[in-house]
Amino acid sequence: MIKTDVVIIGAGPTGLFCAHQLGIIGLKCEIVDNLDKIGGQCIELYPDKPIYDIPAVPECTGEELTNNLIEQIKPFNFNFHLSDRVQELKSENDKWIVKTLNGKEFETPNVVIAGGVGSFEPRKFPTKSTEKYHGKSVLYSIKDKTIFKDKSVVIFGGGDSALDWAIELSNLSKVTLVHRRDEFRGLPASVKKIKELSDNKTINLITKYSIKDVHGNGSLESVEIKSESGENKVIKADYVLGFFGLIMQLGPIAEWGLNLDKKTIPVNTENFETNKKGIFAIGDICTYPGKLKLILSGFHEGALAARGCFKHARPDEKYRFEFTTASSTIKDRLGVKE
Amino acid sequence: MAKIKYIEFNGNAHEVEVPNGMTVMEGAVRSNIPGIDADCGGGMSCATCHVYINDDEWLKKLPEKEMGEDDMLDQAFEPKSNSRLSCQLIVTDDLDGLIVHMPEKQV
Repeated sequence: MIKTDVVIIGAGPTGLFCAHQLGIIGLKCEIVDNLDKIGGQCIELYPDKPIYDIPAVPECTGEELTNNLIEQIKPFNFNFHLSDRVQELKSENDKWIVKTLNGKEFETPNVVIAGGVGSFEPRKFPTKSTEKYHGKSVLYSIKDKTIFKDKSVVIFGGGDSALDWAIELSNLSKVTLVHRRDEFRGLPASVKKIKELSDNKTINLITKYSIKDVHGNGSLESVEIKSESGENKVIKADYVLGFFGLIMQLGPIAEWGLNLDKKTIPVNTENFETNKKGIFAIGDICTYPGKLKLILSGFHEGALAARGCFKHARPDEKYRFEFTTASSTIKDRLGVKE
Repeated sequence: MAKIKYIEFNGNAHEVEVPNGMTVMEGAVRSNIPGIDADCGGGMSCATCHVYINDDEWLKKLPEKEMGEDDMLDQAFEPKSNSRLSCQLIVTDDLDGLIVHMPEKQV
C-alpha cells in the first residue's frame, strides 16, 4: 500500500502540470497512466503536430510540450505507474483506496482524474463472432511472435503497425494482409516493401476488402472477408490480427459513482471537485459552463485542483499563497540554489 | 446557413439548421444529436464523428477529402467508400439539404 497525498489518473499535459502545482505547494503525488509512455493524447495522437496556443510558446509539438512538462516536474521526483490503469476507488475512513489493474494499491485523501477522454484501447473488429477468439487467435497486439511460426496469419489494417507486422511475420508465417482501400497510411518505405512482397508472392495482399466473419470449430479455422460490392472470400487463418489504431474509452471511471454528463464529469469551478469529496476532475474529462477543451484550460484547472487537494491532505494547516519568484520555500522544493 | 438532416442508425432523423462556418460534426454536437461522439473535438484524430453520405450527388458535391481524412477513416467503425468525417465538412449555404447517415456505432 502506497500512501500519498494525491493520485493523479492520466499523465497527459493536464495531469503533469497538476503534479507540478502539487509539488510547488508541498504535496506528494503518484501518477498512473495506461499508456506505456508519458504525455497522453499529445504523445499518442499527435507527437509531431504543432500546437500554437500554449501561452508564451508560439509553436511546439506534442512531444516537445510533454518533454518540457516532464522537465518541469523533475525536481519533485514523483513516481509514474505506466501501462497500468486505475480500476477501483473505494472510500475508507475519509481516505480513498485506489486499486490498479496490475494490483497496486494507494491510500490517499485525493484523486485527480486527468483522464482526457478516457483510456486508450485497441479498436476491435466490428464483427461479434470474433469475440470468442479474443486474446487467443484474434489479437490486437503481439507479445510473442514465435507463436505464429508456420501458421496462416491474416492481418487487417493499413497503418504502420499492420505493415510492420506483415513484413516481420512474412519470414515466419503465411501472411495475408487485408486493407479496405488501395492506399496505405504507413511509411512510404514500408508500403514499398509490402508491394514488393506481394509482387513476389511472399505475402498475399488483398485490398478493398474488410472482415465479415470468422469461422472455426473450437479453434479458429478461417476468416471471411467482403468487398463493398458484395463479393466474399474465405481465407484459411490460424490467427487474425487487427491493427485499427486506438480508441478512447471512459472505462472503469464510469463505475465510481461520479455524476456524468455524456462522457464528461461535471465539476465546480472553484476547485474542480466532483460530486465526491476528494475526487477532482480536470482537463478534457471535466465539464462546467463555458468549458473549453484547451490545454491551457487544463493547466488552470490543475492549479486550482491542487489547492483543493491541499485542504484534504493537510486539514490542520492553512494554505498560504506564494509566488515562485519570491518564495524561498518553493525554491527549496524546486532545488533552486540562490 | 444550411438545413442538415442527421439520420441515426436506427432510422431516427434529426433536422437542424447549422450556421455557416461550423462543421457538420459541431452542428450535431451542439444540438445533442446522438450518434456522433467527436471525442477529439474536431482535430481529425479519432474517427468518432464518422458519417455515410448515401446520396451520390451529395458525395460528389462535397469538398474533397484532405490528406489524412482517409487515414483516419481506416480506423473508423465499418468505413465505406462513402464515408466522411463530419468534422471535416464545413457548412456553407451550398450544403443546404445535406443528409448524413450515422454508422451503427462510433467505436
